[in-house]
Amino acid sequence: MSTVNAAGWKPTMGDVGGDAGGEAGAEGGAPLKTASGDYGLMLEEALIFELGAKDKCGVDFDEADRAPAAGLSKFLRKSVPDLPGLTEPEAVRHYTRLSRQNYAIDLGPFPLGSCTMKHNPRLNESMARLPGFADVHPMQPQTTVQGALEVIEQLANWLITLTGMASVAMSPKAGAHGELCGLLCIRAALDARGETRDVVLVPESAHGTNPATAAFAGFKVQSIPATPDGRVDVAALKEKLGPNVAGVMITNPNTCGLFESELKTIADAVHAAGGYVYCDGANFNAIVGKVRPGDLGVDAMHINLHKTFSTPHGGGGPGAGPVVLSQALAPFAPLPFVTRGADGMIHLVEEENRGEGHSQAFGRMVAFHGQMGMFTRALTYILSHGADGLRQVAEDAVLNANYVLRACEDVLPAPFAQSGPCMHEALFSDAGLADGISTLDIAKGLIDEGFHPMTVYFPLVVKGAMLVEPTETESKAGLDRFIGSLRSLAERAKAGDQSLHSAPHFAPRRRLDETQAARKPVLVWQG
Amino acid sequence: MRYLPLTPADRAEMLGVIGAASVDDLFVDVPEEARLSGPIEGLPMHASEMAVERHMTALAAKNLSAGSAPFFLGAGAYRHHVPASVDHLIQRGEFLTAYTPYQPEIAQGTLQVLFEFQTQVARLLGTDIANASMYDGSTACWEAILMAARVTRKGRAVLSGGLHPHYGEVVRTMAKFTGDEIVSLGTDLTAEPDDAAVIGAIDDKTSCVVVQYPDVLGRIPDLAAIAEAIHAKGGLLVAVVTEPVALGLIEAPGALGADIVVGEGQSLGVGLQFGGPYLGLLGCREKFVRQMPGRLCGETVDAEGKRGFVLTLSTREQHIRREKATSNICTNSGLCALAFSIHLTLLGGEGLAQLAAVNHAKAQALVERLTRIPGVELLNHAYFNEATLILPRDAREVVRELAERGVLGGVSLSRLFPVADGLDKALLVAATETVTDEDIETFATELEALLVGVPA
Repeated sequence: MSTVNAAGWKPTMGDVGGDAGGEAGAEGGAPLKTASGDYGLMLEEALIFELGAKDKCGVDFDEADRAPAAGLSKFLRKSVPDLPGLTEPEAVRHYTRLSRQNYAIDLGPFPLGSCTMKHNPRLNESMARLPGFADVHPMQPQTTVQGALEVIEQLANWLITLTGMASVAMSPKAGAHGELCGLLCIRAALDARGETRDVVLVPESAHGTNPATAAFAGFKVQSIPATPDGRVDVAALKEKLGPNVAGVMITNPNTCGLFESELKTIADAVHAAGGYVYCDGANFNAIVGKVRPGDLGVDAMHINLHKTFSTPHGGGGPGAGPVVLSQALAPFAPLPFVTRGADGMIHLVEEENRGEGHSQAFGRMVAFHGQMGMFTRALTYILSHGADGLRQVAEDAVLNANYVLRACEDVLPAPFAQSGPCMHEALFSDAGLADGISTLDIAKGLIDEGFHPMTVYFPLVVKGAMLVEPTETESKAGLDRFIGSLRSLAERAKAGDQSLHSAPHFAPRRRLDETQAARKPVLVWQG
Repeated sequence: MRYLPLTPADRAEMLGVIGAASVDDLFVDVPEEARLSGPIEGLPMHASEMAVERHMTALAAKNLSAGSAPFFLGAGAYRHHVPASVDHLIQRGEFLTAYTPYQPEIAQGTLQVLFEFQTQVARLLGTDIANASMYDGSTACWEAILMAARVTRKGRAVLSGGLHPHYGEVVRTMAKFTGDEIVSLGTDLTAEPDDAAVIGAIDDKTSCVVVQYPDVLGRIPDLAAIAEAIHAKGGLLVAVVTEPVALGLIEAPGALGADIVVGEGQSLGVGLQFGGPYLGLLGCREKFVRQMPGRLCGETVDAEGKRGFVLTLSTREQHIRREKATSNICTNSGLCALAFSIHLTLLGGEGLAQLAAVNHAKAQALVERLTRIPGVELLNHAYFNEATLILPRDAREVVRELAERGVLGGVSLSRLFPVADGLDKALLVAATETVTDEDIETFATELEALLVGVPA
């Protein structure tokens, strides 16, 4: 591990010139080029607009047995939509070939800090596809969907119990939507008190969604600095409290991978000043089963089911962001939600029956009942792990992160390594690398090593941040391989290995020109 | 535990490397009084795959699935046949278990799909451009209103009475907090949509009018006339499409003058799923690109000049722009967008037109059959695959009684509009390609039985 580039690795494809992905010839001559442009299992794939035609179809239909009704005639399209079609074999091949240009958690570690890329159990997928869940309509009579409502009820009960909170709003569609839900509950609670507080305090280290959500909910954002040990500056926060502060948004564990040990003190101060505490629960996976946010004075916290409870990220979504609420905010939870009646039936509380004890609900956030498909997956995951397994999840996630931290801190600066153990993610920086070599180069170097990079340049409080979150589903052997690669890259970066600048060399694409993409955006295919 | 690879020996060895005596030492920053000493009481312990499967299957069995009964619900969520290959492809681990494509060199699969999706959506909606998805139709609708306010620098939105009431509720909820003025027109049981009322409500301060097409009662507004009226006052037309299959048969909103078109993409590829996850569509004129919410994928080249795709214009987004972002959205509906895109690729333009024609024909067959029942009348002058019927008795009770007879017979307007008056006898029925002639006959027979002796 200590020898720089012991394997004598050097990039070849970057030096050979030309526009193909070919290797240099064995004798160092001109690069090998194939006629097809593909190289073995490195397959290029054209766009559907280049492959398909609008009269091609991969679905067989019965003919429509009657002409459009007379009333529709003035609305009819003048021509068939200009959309390319493919037959089934062509479509299957197109998407399968494209899929091979993606890295994925199924292929190897995906150590994106704060994103929580853990294994997605396939049982969850098959349970979500049971027709009783996948093929029910959101407006069916409630007597015909008692099982679906029971999934919501059971999951809600788990979330409330695991967090020690009073209630949960299930409908938010993702983490940021959950943040919005929590802040709107706070707005509604303030309105009910007849107060107009318009400031939300957000630490510098917060996810970008926090200030964006606060602004989206009509609040002004004031930033709180971090202390040198990577936590919220409690004194600075207390100074900002006052009659105009609606609340604070605090991520715990925070984005430096540290537990905010003063959260209860902060919460007490905020409550004393008449505000509420919103906790960004993106990192709940580090503490599930170990501590309940409700015991720390939290009033609202969203839970990313796609992080802690392993519903798949799907290349960017969908997620789900239920929000657990304290007694103080529970009355303001949005519609719809489920309750069990005296008759044993589960009922949806919607606009028409909100008067029955739910008159303070702040409104509605989505068309239907939230991310049912994610609820079934998350409940399946939770039942598989149980109370004991979830606790083990947090412990192993934290153990894996600390292992990475201590195995690499001698070659990569770890800004808060002296602050004690990290939680589920280890934070490094690019300080001390050779001139001109940065976090981005380390990240792209990891791609050549066969790994997805860590989160880079976040949190903003650390220059050149590299945030590594291994999760509990990585084995020790897998971590050792990753650590070996990260150490090798750190050594090469310190030695000024310029080949890192042009990494990745072995990915489906070399570095992409993002400046050109933004300067003259091409967002749709133009032929 | 089958999902946790560390062995006790691994854990001990790793603690040694870390220099900690126990795992508990790693949690020292959690205040001791808040630390839990063992598994939370009152919750079950871990369970085998077989046991969990049994539990979940029993819950699923308590629901009456749409495929196991004659089924005629719509109202913003439609049951279409999704080709088997769609679900197989979206379950490839390289799509299913990838993250947002922030490292484009190893995410070209997802990125090219998004680029293709954006192009398909833009062509379907008739807009210049489209984004890489929103949560669902209702949240896309609110985002469009905010976007129109940014573009026009005005803050008054007029909602047609034909807008899905849940979409209206989402908008009114959000507007309460942002201070935008929302004018909500009433919903009346008329054969034609409320185009005239929408046009009449436009003033100089109006940022946009929001018009659903076809509307929630299945009627089809004259978008071109509304576009002309709102453009004359310097505002935008936001068109809302909850049934994108309709656009295989009727003209695309963008082609009729809509400036922003949002939609619910669930109909293609996604499935009913009791309401989510669904897929928000958002397309608009190219000149509004920097005011758009959500992710955008753009074409570029790599260092060797090869075509490639990246997420772009992220200076609009929360992770760069923070409190000045155009929206707080981060996670979107990526995998649903993939399903939508695959389904639409399997259809192609001709296939979509044919699918739409079959849907409309089924709806005509349904309406013709049901209106042969004494006392049942059709409200709409025009409709696509969903129409409003007026029954001789309370429609909500009828829906309940139909369910007892094993028929999922539509959505009553009084469930959709619980606080509006005069809608009690109205029933919204939809028919897609999944409906058979036998389903229609069963529906008609059971409905007729429930209406026997009721004075028309």
